[in-house]
Order: sequence, then structure tokens, then C-alpha cells
Amino acid sequence: MHNLILKAKELLENKIVSVIIGFETGSSGKVRPVFITDSNKADSLIFDERCIQNLAVYLTKKEVKQFGKMGIVATLPIMRSIMVLISEQQLSPENVVVLGISGDGEVLDFADITVMQHYIEKCELGNPAKEQDMLATLNRLNMQEKFEFWQKEFSKCIKCYACRQSCPMCYCTRCAVECNQPQWIPVQSNNLGNMEWHILRAMHLAGRCISCGECGRACPVGIPCHLLTMHLVDQAQSYFGVYAGISDKMSSVLSTYAPNDKESFII
Amino acid sequence: MSEFEPKVVAFVCNWCTYAGADLTGTSRIKYASNVKIIRFPCTGRIDFMLLLKSFANGADGIIVSGCHPNDCHYTSGNFHAKRRWIMFKELMDFMGIDMNRITFSWVSAAEGARWAEVVNSTVTRVRELGPYVSYKQMVNTSIEEEVTHA
Repeated sequence: MHNLILKAKELLENKIVSVIIGFETGSSGKVRPVFITDSNKADSLIFDERCIQNLAVYLTKKEVKQFGKMGIVATLPIMRSIMVLISEQQLSPENVVVLGISGDGEVLDFADITVMQHYIEKCELGNPAKEQDMLATLNRLNMQEKFEFWQKEFSKCIKCYACRQSCPMCYCTRCAVECNQPQWIPVQSNNLGNMEWHILRAMHLAGRCISCGECGRACPVGIPCHLLTMHLVDQAQSYFGVYAGISDKMSSVLSTYAPNDKESFII
Repeated sequence: MSEFEPKVVAFVCNWCTYAGADLTGTSRIKYASNVKIIRFPCTGRIDFMLLLKSFANGADGIIVSGCHPNDCHYTSGNFHAKRRWIMFKELMDFMGIDMNRITFSWVSAAEGARWAEVVNSTVTRVRELGPYVSYKQMVNTSIEEEVTHA
């Protein structure tokens, strides 16, 4: 933590970055994101096991971008989000400095994106173990049971779109749900529309999800919507052998193809 | 009680399957009349939301068909579509939506007889599966909710 603060101060004092995006202590034992523009205030930066939010979501917001060059406290999912954003031209590598945090909480020094890429390549990239277990349990259900499970979950949905807002990859300024000609997703919350929304979201994140689980944590009614995208992470890996966010130059699974892609259901 | 006749929607590409279906007709091959064909410029244009909307509007089965790999009029539309269908199918399976009701196929402009076969086999399969009750129930409750809230 001390190293993190020193590094942040150094970056701000030398005017290398104009804002540091990190975590600070919030009310009632919670942590919250903080945007530090003054090096004297960098002492409030913390990092511990509660700091799991995916801060990369702020990198594409104009309210944050207006400060100028951004420094960001980044765990592995955040680093991978940054890779996806760079590969999709949503973030320029010159506009971001990554204050990496390793799995055991050490501050990592990344000279540039290539160094970060080498670090990511050495990490475990699959879904977290807890989610992997939940996926396995769900996959054992039969079709009707799966349908009922998701119907029950989606019936709770209030269409607040927190899943979308919390996701760094959902950066479109005009989302398909705001489109009303045609109206793909009904405005009101009903089972059909809720399901269609969650399918649409999962499909738009297919092969782009980096398994941070932020959508599921952001959901105020506790729909495990992160399992949908994490299931597709597994599938993208098994069919196409790639994980998202491992390089700043890769194309996502659905924006490219290989002539020898294998499937067994097209007759 | 009359026998259940399934409604099947076919999303086909203009260059191969639509021309193939045309050949089926000009060759005077009979096939199930349950199918409603919708022509698209390319399989790459067939959005997964369209498939969901056809179930929501009462379809019991769906056919999605285009040019064989390497034969796409736009070179790579069907390859992109293939990847999308793989992901879509896996997601649908995970969510408990009946993928036996959707046929994905490649039918070229020369395969008139094969198109008849694809349609007939799909219609037979969907007829055996019966109406897509669970999906229709979900649609109906959603409409009822809308009416009561209005």
C-alpha cells in the first residue's frame, strides 16, 4: 500500500498523469473508487481484498477522460479490460498508466503495455473457481430445469441496467436497449423482455468478457448474470482457444473467424 | 382435435439458400408449406435477436441457412455467422431454450432437393416436439402483465 501511494504521488507530482483512479475507504467498512488529481490527497489510496471493483469502466467515461492522462490501480481483470479497450480503439495506450497489483498485492511496475501483456500471459485466465463450480452445477441440469432457473432469476430483473453500466466492455453510448426503431428490448420489465435483454447482453460480450464478475456484483436484485458471460468465456476458449484481453492487438472471437472453425450442429 | 401444424420461420441468404429454394420450386419438388421464408442479404446479417423475436411472435421452429463455407458471396459472411451461431447455441443451451427447434444448415443454389429435405425434416421434428409451450407461456404472461399495468 505504501509503495502504491508513493508511486501515485510520483506520477501526479511529475505530471505524468493528471488523475489516479483507485480505491479509498468509504463509509461502514466499504471501499469506493476515488479519483485523485492532487498528489497531497494520494494518501487516501488503499488496496486490500475488498478492492474488487473493475475500475476500467471509468477509463471510457468522458467525465474522467477530461482530466487528461489517467493512472489506474489495476488488478488482473482490470489489466485485461484495458487490453480489450485498447484493442477495440476505445482507449489509447498513450493515455493510460497502469499501476499493476499482482495476485498477492505487490505493486507491479509496467513500463508499457507490452510489459503488461507479458505479465498477463503468465497469469491464470479462466473463470474464478467459485463461478466455475456454479457453471458446472447449472450445466448438469436438464433443459426444462435450466429454463425455469433462469426464468425465476429474470423475474427479479428491474431493468436498471446496472450490469451494463458496471461493465468496462459495455461502452456504447447508444445501446441497443435505447434503440426504439425497432424496439428490440421492451422498456418495461417482463419475463420475455428481461430474458431477451440478458441474451443480448451476453451475446454482445461473447468472446469479450474477461471474467471479472462485476455485472453480477452490480446487480441490485442478485441475478447471477455474470454466469451467462462466463459460460461464453468457457465456450470461446473450448471452440476457438482464446481468452479475451490478452493482447492489445487481438480481435474478439466474434469479429474474426478461422476457415477451419469446428462445430457439429450445422447440417 | 386437429393435428398440430407447426409454424416454422426460415432465415435464408439471398445468394445460396434463397436461390436453392427457388430451384426447389422450379423443379416442382413438394415440401412442407409450414415454412415462411425470409430473405436476407447474407447469413452474416441474420441477427440472433431475429430468432428470439420469431419465437416471441409464435414460431415453433426456425431454420437458418446460407451458403456453404467458402461459397459466401461476400467471402466471409458465413464464417462470421458460423462463429456467432456457435456462441448463440451454447448460450441458448445454457439458458434452457430448446435448440432442437432451430435447424442450422448450409444449402447452395444447386441444392433444391436438399432444401426440401431440410424443411421437411425440420417440420417433422418440430411437429413431434409440439408447440413451444414454455416459451409461449412466458410471452403470454409478459403480455398480460403489460395489459394489467397499462
